Amino acid sequence: MTATENRKPKTENLRIFLTGVGGQGTLLASRLLGEAALEAGFSPLVSETHGMAQRGGVVVSTVVLGELKSPLISPGEADVVLGFEALEAFRALDRCRGDTLVIANTAAIVPYPVATGKARYPEIGPMFELLARQVGALLAFDAGALARRAGSPLAVNMVLLGAITATDCLPFPAAAVLEVIRTRTNPRFLEANLKAFGMGEAAAREEANWRRRPDGR
Amino acid sequence: MVMSELLSGQPGERRLFLGNEAIVRGALEAGVALVTTYPGTPASEIGDRCFEISRQTDLSFEYSVNEKTALEVAAGAAASGWRTLCAMKHVGLNVAADTLMTLAYVGVRGGMVIVSADDPSLFSSQNEQDNRYYAKMAGLPLLEPATPQEAGEMTQAAFALSEELKLPVLLRTTTRVNHTRGPVTLGALSPRPGRGRFRKDPFRQVMVPAVARQAHARLLEAQAAARAQAETSPFNRLAGRGPWGVVTSGVSRNYVEDALTELGLARKVTLLQLGFTHPLPEDLIGKFLSQVERVLVVEELEPFLEEGLKAVAQARGLTATIRGKAEGLFSRLYEYHPGLVKEKIAQYFEVPYAPPAPQVPEQALGEALPERPPNLCPGCPHRATYYSVKIALRDLGLEGIFPTDIGCYTLGLLPPLSMADFLICMGSSISTGAGIAKATGRKVVAFIGDSTFFHSGLPALASAVHNRHDFLLVIMDNGTTAMTGSQPHPGVSLVPPGYPGEHVPIPRVVKALGVEQLWVVNPFKYKEALAATKEAVRGTGLRVLISQAPCHLYAQRLTGKKRTARFQVVDECGDCRHCLEYFGCPAMYVKPGEPGRMLIDEEMCSGCAFCVQWCECIRPVKAGG
Repeated sequence: MTATENRKPKTENLRIFLTGVGGQGTLLASRLLGEAALEAGFSPLVSETHGMAQRGGVVVSTVVLGELKSPLISPGEADVVLGFEALEAFRALDRCRGDTLVIANTAAIVPYPVATGKARYPEIGPMFELLARQVGALLAFDAGALARRAGSPLAVNMVLLGAITATDCLPFPAAAVLEVIRTRTNPRFLEANLKAFGMGEAAAREEANWRRRPDGR
Repeated sequence: MVMSELLSGQPGERRLFLGNEAIVRGALEAGVALVTTYPGTPASEIGDRCFEISRQTDLSFEYSVNEKTALEVAAGAAASGWRTLCAMKHVGLNVAADTLMTLAYVGVRGGMVIVSADDPSLFSSQNEQDNRYYAKMAGLPLLEPATPQEAGEMTQAAFALSEELKLPVLLRTTTRVNHTRGPVTLGALSPRPGRGRFRKDPFRQVMVPAVARQAHARLLEAQAAARAQAETSPFNRLAGRGPWGVVTSGVSRNYVEDALTELGLARKVTLLQLGFTHPLPEDLIGKFLSQVERVLVVEELEPFLEEGLKAVAQARGLTATIRGKAEGLFSRLYEYHPGLVKEKIAQYFEVPYAPPAPQVPEQALGEALPERPPNLCPGCPHRATYYSVKIALRDLGLEGIFPTDIGCYTLGLLPPLSMADFLICMGSSISTGAGIAKATGRKVVAFIGDSTFFHSGLPALASAVHNRHDFLLVIMDNGTTAMTGSQPHPGVSLVPPGYPGEHVPIPRVVKALGVEQLWVVNPFKYKEALAATKEAVRGTGLRVLISQAPCHLYAQRLTGKKRTARFQVVDECGDCRHCLEYFGCPAMYVKPGEPGRMLIDEEMCSGCAFCVQWCECIRPVKAGG
């Protein structure tokens, strides 16, 4: 899959479910996708979790495009899942259908009950194998390592934004997302953010990072 | 300072705003002169954006000490002719309810909008009450937006409506509207008026019985005028045709619209969309009911519209079947979502629909997925305070009962801290603590935060002093309102540069309320804090321990200072597990595969240097290490 000139109609419905852990920048990523969609002439809806959940808990958000009025994504109704953390990407399996595209960070953030030995973190390899068999396609790679290489461990969100724009699922081009990253993120981190974005794009072009169902999408 | 994006942009431009931001923009376009609030999720961003704007314009804004105070400040300014907006979370309106009920009698001169942000599913609240009933109880007009765009439009319309009816208007949102971003088309900003003018009219504005009897009659008369507005309001729309009817309001409208489209029912259903929902447009509802045979009411939480529809049907002898909340149909619990509404609509009208049957992750994996509970941050002063109280009780051989309160420190509920036994609402720790101690004669240690103490702890503490109650109150003073995004309050010690608020020190307030036994500690100075805590726990009568240290997260953000040290477990600690069982810092973890080996995550360690004071296996890591 490569970045293609997108000519999908502005009325085509698209539901993107973003999930991660407080502090990973999921809200910024969803907002940037929304802003890029707005610039491209869509009427996006972005819903966010605020408050209690952000103290190290799970943070989910959604980006919805097309003619849809509902900002929420019900079980089994996500077209795309953007998983910022391995376990949380798998936990979003209940949002997926047989043709959902899942883009996931394989890096783990250990939940407190696991850190203290009270619970077990599932083995990541088998967990992703299982996930890949249930969804249309899985693009999975270590976005945390790429962010660190880009110079900012906090840029996992930029890596994943790069990856999603390099698939053909968005109805607007990567340039639209890059533009809002330039205008709406902290200029101090811009260089690292753009680098991280580029690494995400490259990761999406790496065939080894993809697992597709044999029956196709 | 960067200009607030809510102040920029040309009329006609589209922006992606949160519902809360759209409300602020709508109020600015309507020329709002004063905004008041007490922070609370999901309403907090309304106040926070207005705070920014008040530092860049002549908008008057305040974080009031609680919602009742906020509503009264706004009411006074509205009585003086200013347009005012007062924002709060749903339970805040309980605090302000005394004011609300009689403010409806007094009325307003300048337009006044009260935003009540309800929280179906209790994302960050202690209950999920439906505040539409407040509008009904108080006799006030009620608007329920479905989208950010509509939230802005309704805010503007509410000011005009308020001035026409001379009543405050309740704008009732839900979390999903407050915290959804959507496209909002900008209008022109309006200038604010100069000084307001208070017109003396005591026989209409001083609610003694003789005046209030007249005022109540006037309020009831105003209901007819308000209903006439609802009948023709653009926010109430009747569309479509056919014997099947659906009625909806607020955010549920979005789910209904998507469901009807996806089920292919868009042209087969008579749809009544209501946005102006008190007083109900009875003629419009009557017209709708006379066109349909079977009606489904889709609204989150209570059957507010459903009851109204049934009353209209009864009064007008209309026989359409009306259903909404029922076993197997819609629940009074929790937030709805599009899939649920689609399924229920299909079921009620017997339309074929196969809902998706997604995999359950736990079942697919064949094991439970670890939970990810929220936790107090590394370096949080609350955890240090809880630790000292736990150790003090253990050393004294005592077991405590812990009434707690609302804030970050409520997370002390979770193990291993487990320092929360009873909680009702803001400020309840103090008086419920008094009652528990009275009834049981046991050692009660109540916990309250600094902002919550000012919000509703002051009368409770005065009452506990006066009535000679016997318990220990720990005021956990981290210098800000951390949970909702670090808003200032009277006792605040962490403020944005240039913040003009007067400082009201908590120790002085506590002494002035008559507390004789008072300790003030820094929880990070472990030896001193523990000694003081032991004295305070051991004593009798009413005792107050103020544990003061700034919120680590906010202090770091305000000052930009990085940590100056970090710590590591240097020795094998065997089976001790003391830190896991008494402290529970999220930076500490068991080395995978080595249950006897604790480690501290070098990224997460805040450098607070608390654990190093009680564990000999922990040592500072040298600079660069």
